[in-house]
Amino acid sequence: MTSLETANTTTRKQAGYFETFLSRRASLLPTLAAVAILILLFIGAEIFVRGDFITPRNISALLLDNAYLLILAVGMTFVIITGGIDLSVGSVMAFTGIWLAQLLEAGTPLAIAIPAILVAGALVGLLIGVLVQFFDVQPFIASLAGLFLARGLAFVVSLSSIKVEATEVLWLQSTRIRIGDWYITPTGILALLVVLVGAWVMQFTRFGRTTYAIGGNQQAALMGLKVPRTTVSVYVISGVCGGLAGLVLTAYSGAGYPRNGIGTELDAIAAVVIGGTLLAGGRGYVLGSMIGVFVYGTIKTIISFMGAEQSWTQIIIGALLLVFIVVQRAIVARSERRS
Amino acid sequence: MKHRLFWPVAALVTLILINTIARSQFASITVRDGRLYGALIDILRQSAPLMLVSLGMTIVIATRGIDLSVGAVMAVSGAVALTIIDGSSDPNNLGVVLLAVVVAIVVSLLLGVWNGFLVSLLGIQPIIATLVLMLAGRGVALLITEGFITTVNSTPFEFLSTGYLLLPFAFFIWVAAVVAVGLTERRTALGVLTEAVGINPEASRLAGVRSRGIIWSAYAASGALAGIAGIIYASNIKAADANAAGQFIELYAILAVVLGGTSLMGGKFTLAGTVVGVLIIQTLESTMLFLGVPPAESPVFFAAVVVVVVVIQSPRLHRFMRGITRSARSRGSAEPSEDAGVAI
Repeated sequence: MTSLETANTTTRKQAGYFETFLSRRASLLPTLAAVAILILLFIGAEIFVRGDFITPRNISALLLDNAYLLILAVGMTFVIITGGIDLSVGSVMAFTGIWLAQLLEAGTPLAIAIPAILVAGALVGLLIGVLVQFFDVQPFIASLAGLFLARGLAFVVSLSSIKVEATEVLWLQSTRIRIGDWYITPTGILALLVVLVGAWVMQFTRFGRTTYAIGGNQQAALMGLKVPRTTVSVYVISGVCGGLAGLVLTAYSGAGYPRNGIGTELDAIAAVVIGGTLLAGGRGYVLGSMIGVFVYGTIKTIISFMGAEQSWTQIIIGALLLVFIVVQRAIVARSERRS
Repeated sequence: MKHRLFWPVAALVTLILINTIARSQFASITVRDGRLYGALIDILRQSAPLMLVSLGMTIVIATRGIDLSVGAVMAVSGAVALTIIDGSSDPNNLGVVLLAVVVAIVVSLLLGVWNGFLVSLLGIQPIIATLVLMLAGRGVALLITEGFITTVNSTPFEFLSTGYLLLPFAFFIWVAAVVAVGLTERRTALGVLTEAVGINPEASRLAGVRSRGIIWSAYAASGALAGIAGIIYASNIKAADANAAGQFIELYAILAVVLGGTSLMGGKFTLAGTVVGVLIIQTLESTMLFLGVPPAESPVFFAAVVVVVVVIQSPRLHRFMRGITRSARSRGSAEPSEDAGVAI
């Protein structure tokens, strides 16, 4: 936990259980709020929109439709917890996705094509990380360069969409592993694996602790932590996640398209923030980001069920984002007063 | 060498020179029907939206902020203006067009005020505060146009972007905006106060600067200027396209501001630098078009430009260069070692 929270715990007086929980786990609150919103959304949709909203089919589709966003959000969580931001993820996803489609079209074996796109994503992340860490460039600007680079490269690969014929890639999407009415696709499994690995790394490894420490306090280097290496790594991780998302999205849509993912970086940031990660860095959970993605996906589903304009999704997500950052601001102000 | 506009201007002149050498007609300007035509004139005309947005961005960046919502505000403004003109019985009526333009600018101003409220009063980080509107704004614009691309045929409205008074009318609009912003910032204390807020918000507050109002007005100005930009954009394509209007313009505007020599860390700003920065970007764009690079691929070059510029500005490189010159001196080398010439 961050130093702020330990300070909270020590100054805590005898209080009720709830208060104790609040002061000890203040960083969990936004995530819990996201869970509550998700549950409310489900119940509300079931009651007011249509009676058959909560079905295994619908919930399974939620994971399937948002697998790519889930992967991006995990990478974004790492970056935001260090206090950074990565605007390049949507473009990296488009670039790696279309490059994969082109490689496969040219007859490249999958065993080469997939590592190639992951390395490409990692290289964009590396560029951003090096600019941020070694040239003191603001993460926003550095990742902006990454955004431009990857978007342009996507168009260099192809100006129009490329259909994917490779059965191995389409298999990722078309295979449905069924348990009763529930189903999961290999893309969904991949996304969940990324979430699990991400959550494990953040909670139980030295690397994860260092990531929290960097966001909590830029002077973490004094504690003997490997700050430069970790800062660069989080951007590389985000880049690799971008590559994986490119693979998943290409499988999902059956084609690579250079205009994919315009604005997806904003969706990913919104999902991460709604999931309870503090934009100032230092606090947040990978599992929270998963909840954030599901909130995003559920709102989208509800709006398409209601037959309303999809532009409402943007507006509602924007409003939710606003509520969450105001709440976050209040939490930070509160803990600053206490310490 | 020491003037802070030296490098941006040098870059612009070099770009124009390269273009003129590569194609002689680049610098030529022809007069037809009392109007000037030529590649350079085109650049002046096309830079209008980016120029207006970048002006506002300069002021916002000077207060240590950033405004990501400008593209979305452009979309809203275009949608508002065209919906009013489209809904009127006589789209060619000057009064209708004026009303549409004024309403669109007022709406954009209010959006800017909203951003300023989030940043100055609630104390939310500028990136995040303006991200909200960046996300939701396009949705609002789509709702206004009901999901369609509204098109109009209105001569007075089209005049804004394609009209001519010897020079393109859009050029006069941005020159007027530059002069207006320049006068308010530099002929009054506002500019100095803005820089004070950007350099040290706490110290300037203690010194009695009303930082809250200054920050607030910066975002409001940015919103209004983006609104005008959105109107010119819509007038140019004769349509309100909520998705394409101002796409990525926030990024180009930030790039223009940085190219012009205003630091992203806030504080000292230069409007003249921003003007040069915008012209550099527009000339680059025109160069790439000439080289046959598809417009869609141009971001790769802009990425390279961003990387070069931020690396040149980075304090670490400055330290490194100073280290080199110092060690060269201490070795007693006879070469006159100038201070690293990277002071943009």
